Amino acid sequence: MILKRCQQLNPERIKENNSVKENYLGQDMYVPASSSFIATSLVIALILNFLPLQGDLLIARPDFVAFAIAYWNINHPHKLGMSVAFGMGLMVDVGNAGILGQHALAYCVIFYLTQIFGRRLRLFSLLKQAPQIGFFLLIMQIVFALVALSSGSTLPGWKYFHATIAGALLWAPASFVIALLLKPKPDSSSL
Amino acid sequence: METAPQFFRNGPGPFARLFIFAILSCLLIAEDTRFKYFPQLRQIISVIILPLQRIAYIPSDIYDQVEKFSASFNLLEENIKLRQLYLDRREQLLRLEALEAENTHLRRLLGAVQQIETTAKTKVVLAEIQYTPRDPFNHKITLNKGSYHDIELGQAVIDDKGIVGQITQLYPWSSEVTLLTDKDHAVPIQVVRNGLRSIVSGTGKNNELELRYLSVNTDIQQGDLLVTSGIGGVYPPGIPVATVLKIEQDPAGDFALVTSAPIAGVNRNRQVLVLSLAQVESNDSQEMPTIESGTN
Repeated sequence: MILKRCQQLNPERIKENNSVKENYLGQDMYVPASSSFIATSLVIALILNFLPLQGDLLIARPDFVAFAIAYWNINHPHKLGMSVAFGMGLMVDVGNAGILGQHALAYCVIFYLTQIFGRRLRLFSLLKQAPQIGFFLLIMQIVFALVALSSGSTLPGWKYFHATIAGALLWAPASFVIALLLKPKPDSSSL
Repeated sequence: METAPQFFRNGPGPFARLFIFAILSCLLIAEDTRFKYFPQLRQIISVIILPLQRIAYIPSDIYDQVEKFSASFNLLEENIKLRQLYLDRREQLLRLEALEAENTHLRRLLGAVQQIETTAKTKVVLAEIQYTPRDPFNHKITLNKGSYHDIELGQAVIDDKGIVGQITQLYPWSSEVTLLTDKDHAVPIQVVRNGLRSIVSGTGKNNELELRYLSVNTDIQQGDLLVTSGIGGVYPPGIPVATVLKIEQDPAGDFALVTSAPIAGVNRNRQVLVLSLAQVESNDSQEMPTIESGTN
């Protein structure tokens, strides 16, 4: 029995597991973010979502609010509630002049996914997290498309998914910057 | 007896929460697309997000100011150009007035009922396009004037070339315009060449309108100009809407597939005019001619 299990553990997998473990242990410890910091970041995300852009830039703009919700839910679970995601969704819906409730639904789905997979995601480095975040954002875009289809719209072209790619590309740099902002400043009076 | 502090959060699990909120969202979506019981909800949320939107517009406002400043250097040139244009248009306007007088005279000779003079009664509000909301499924724009500036639901929005759309959502300081190209939007039109009346509808695609249910042998040609017919009372008559792009007359089908392109462009200029065809005024003007035609 034991022999069998030893055979199953092939050396490459052990190495891979070790690298993940080292990666995880090598991460900086997360400083608990204050509620005001989280609230400010959500407000900034809303403002970024309302920026008046035009044309292709508008279509390719990542959804900053979804991004913020995913970030806080992965890195600081239990700080946000699903009702916050729902409320933010309603605000984005009114700002976007879309169907009321579609962003609320999509953000709740993002919230759920990040809550379920958040701990697992934190095992990976930021660069490896990016495609997985992209997958969540893709699910969100699909939710929008389904809501629109149900009300009789036709699908837009492939450009529609540029926002997903932009969001995935933004993940690593933005998370890095937020982590930098959260780092405690060294206390000069201490030894 | 003291109760021990809770170590774990109680309450519904993640999936149960998602289920509750998903049902709530679906109800909201159904309410918004079909029933529209609480239009106030949108108004309340719009007031909450207004300051955030204002902050988001600051960069573009600054850009506008800088542009205005740099444009002020060739103001003199522009002034001369505009004066020239004004004189040109003035001449056309004089001719139009003469034609109008002649037209009413001829109509009186014929004993026909005078046309409703809506064009003289329209009130015009100049508004600026604030931004294009990001929703690839809807074709809408937001204007910077709202109910506070005497804008009402259902008013027509035009630019210097033709019809842009119609006001469909009203907030105190802003309003939403549904563009001609929106899939739920239709305009009663008339073909200038032969007076054929029809309805042009949006397709949900950019720069594409559709003339539905025209039979295969309808007299319509490529390049025909379509103007508003004034039927329905939303749009004043005679404003350009679209030009016919392509006609596919499939003899097997019942209807011809007529595609047309809107004349007005949203991405060309930022200023638009909101026309108000006030109900009371149009009723007045409707009564006037009937009395006159009775005496004639």
